[in-house]
Amino acid sequence: MQIKDAIGEALETIRTQKLKSFFSLIGVLIGVTFLIAVVSIVQGMNVYMEDKFANKLVGLNTFQLRRMPNFNMGNISEETWREWARRPRINYAEARYVEGKLATPAIYSRFCSQNLPVTWNGKTAQGVDIWTADAAMFQIKNLDLEAGRVFTPQEARLGQAVAVIGWELGDKLFKETDPLGKSITVEGIPYRVVGRIAKQGSLFGISLDKFVVVPFDAPVHRVACNLGFMDELHIKTANVASMQVALTEVEELMRIQRRLKPGQENNFAMQTAEGALEGWKKISAILFTALPGLVAISLVVGGIVIMNIMLMAVAERTREIGIRKALGAKRRDILAQFIVESATLSTVGAGIGILAGIGLAFVVRATTPLPAAIAPWSVGLGVFLGVAVGMTAGVYPATRAARLDPIEALRQE
Amino acid sequence: MSDLVIHIRELTRAYEMGAETVQALRGVTLDIRRNEYVAIMGPSGSGKSTLMNLIGCLDTPTSGEYWLNGQEVSRMPDDALARVRNREIGFVFQTFNLLPRASARANVELPLVYGGVSSRLRKQRAEAALERVGLGDRMDHRPNELSGGQRQRVAIARALVNDPAILLADEPTGNLDSATSEEIMRVFATLHAQGQTVIMVTHEADIAAHSARTVVLRDGRIASDSPNRSGAAA
Repeated sequence: MQIKDAIGEALETIRTQKLKSFFSLIGVLIGVTFLIAVVSIVQGMNVYMEDKFANKLVGLNTFQLRRMPNFNMGNISEETWREWARRPRINYAEARYVEGKLATPAIYSRFCSQNLPVTWNGKTAQGVDIWTADAAMFQIKNLDLEAGRVFTPQEARLGQAVAVIGWELGDKLFKETDPLGKSITVEGIPYRVVGRIAKQGSLFGISLDKFVVVPFDAPVHRVACNLGFMDELHIKTANVASMQVALTEVEELMRIQRRLKPGQENNFAMQTAEGALEGWKKISAILFTALPGLVAISLVVGGIVIMNIMLMAVAERTREIGIRKALGAKRRDILAQFIVESATLSTVGAGIGILAGIGLAFVVRATTPLPAAIAPWSVGLGVFLGVAVGMTAGVYPATRAARLDPIEALRQE
Repeated sequence: MSDLVIHIRELTRAYEMGAETVQALRGVTLDIRRNEYVAIMGPSGSGKSTLMNLIGCLDTPTSGEYWLNGQEVSRMPDDALARVRNREIGFVFQTFNLLPRASARANVELPLVYGGVSSRLRKQRAEAALERVGLGDRMDHRPNELSGGQRQRVAIARALVNDPAILLADEPTGNLDSATSEEIMRVFATLHAQGQTVIMVTHEADIAAHSARTVVLRDGRIASDSPNRSGAAA
């Protein structure tokens, strides 16, 4: 019951002295705001990166055999770039060798990509990714059909001019018209549209639906790939464990095929979804390392400010403390009153900080391609820190209040 | 002896003022019976404030004995004294000493809060105490919305709410005009008539005259202790 009274007293103080209270709480407020906002954005990014980035761009249980790594975050030296550029591309013989010798069950697709304009009915869509791939690609990349069909192994083998289009292309080029059966023109050659892929959305504001898949040996191949070579060989296994086995196997097979001596570095790369996430993981690790420090600084400053406010409150209310003592308040009653009051002040600051943090996360989500997901644990931590900082900051002022001599305190004007 | 509410023997109190020791009380012996109405008088420096603080258990004596309502309080530690103040003593101060931001009812409830009384019972008892001093219609007013006399009556209600052994008033009319002072004295007289033990510290002879007995202090000792002819019947 006395706790309720002390909380009421603190809220009354805030109500009657709004501006002063706001300034006294700003340290805790900023600390908690920062905590909530950063955690929300980092958490949101985590989900986003794993869910969308890695699995959409690379694919689950999938890796790509390439000349050089695909996703590079961080600094790559000039020298490394030059070494990568000197590497031989992956050729058909190597791909066939790997497919023939790999013991782990897997599906494969050769892959080249080129950015080209696509025309239909006099309209042109610029900058469309033309993917030349084998039929297994749809399965490897989890491309779900919205309408029509994917191309058959026969069409793929014969390199026929058929196309499966991404959702956005259908939307932009065909509008209300059903694209199935229509002919789109790429590099002067007509392709019959046989299927359309369901909408995949966007990543950091870049559409994932602006592409056309054609058989690897389709006519556009001569523009997309160097003859006899491919950009990537996509390999998908049943699960994560078998993918790890396959990675080791493929490395071995490629080293044999390329006659690399022991100790000689691989002159090829294997890109996994996890690998693509490495750069992001580094960034989030830095954020999560720096975050506690930044939050701690704000909270320590906030705690000191609250302690000062409470010392002022004790000085201003010395007479009240005297009255309370005269009426029978024990030391621990006075101690509890001021600690609860301090904790209430600080928790109100933390509460405003939580709201501000959530607000900030939403603003970031609404105005930038960055996602944000409120982490419930960070809200809990914010409340806890508010209470803890307030109680800690209140100990010294409350002890001073509890030790006051009632006669002296009552004499105070 | 069972009739004695206050039993004081050779009470002394010395203060250290730098290198000097000031003897505020030099051995006071005093008995007050249940339902007495006593005024303690004396010029400033006579030790009457010191005696009041000791009787009110706000201070502990340097030597001597003080028994309040059958308990020896002169050797009690801090928290035990807080408990005695809460249960046995009802303070009325010259400056009222109400909490400015709390309503009359909340002010009267305060001793019950520290006595651990449930909120429902607190409300009932606070309202009864305010009714008793004639403020039944002012319970939700804050001190600054009340007149001086009303404030002092809130303070009296607060002093009475725990049904204390003594009502201890320190210059209760010091901040009031004479008409209001009379009004407060009438409240005291009524309470005394209802059986309350009242001890009042004052330097005003006409206020002291309302009591049944006057104890005069001078230089830390009792100079005189006599019944009042004109005061309320003992």
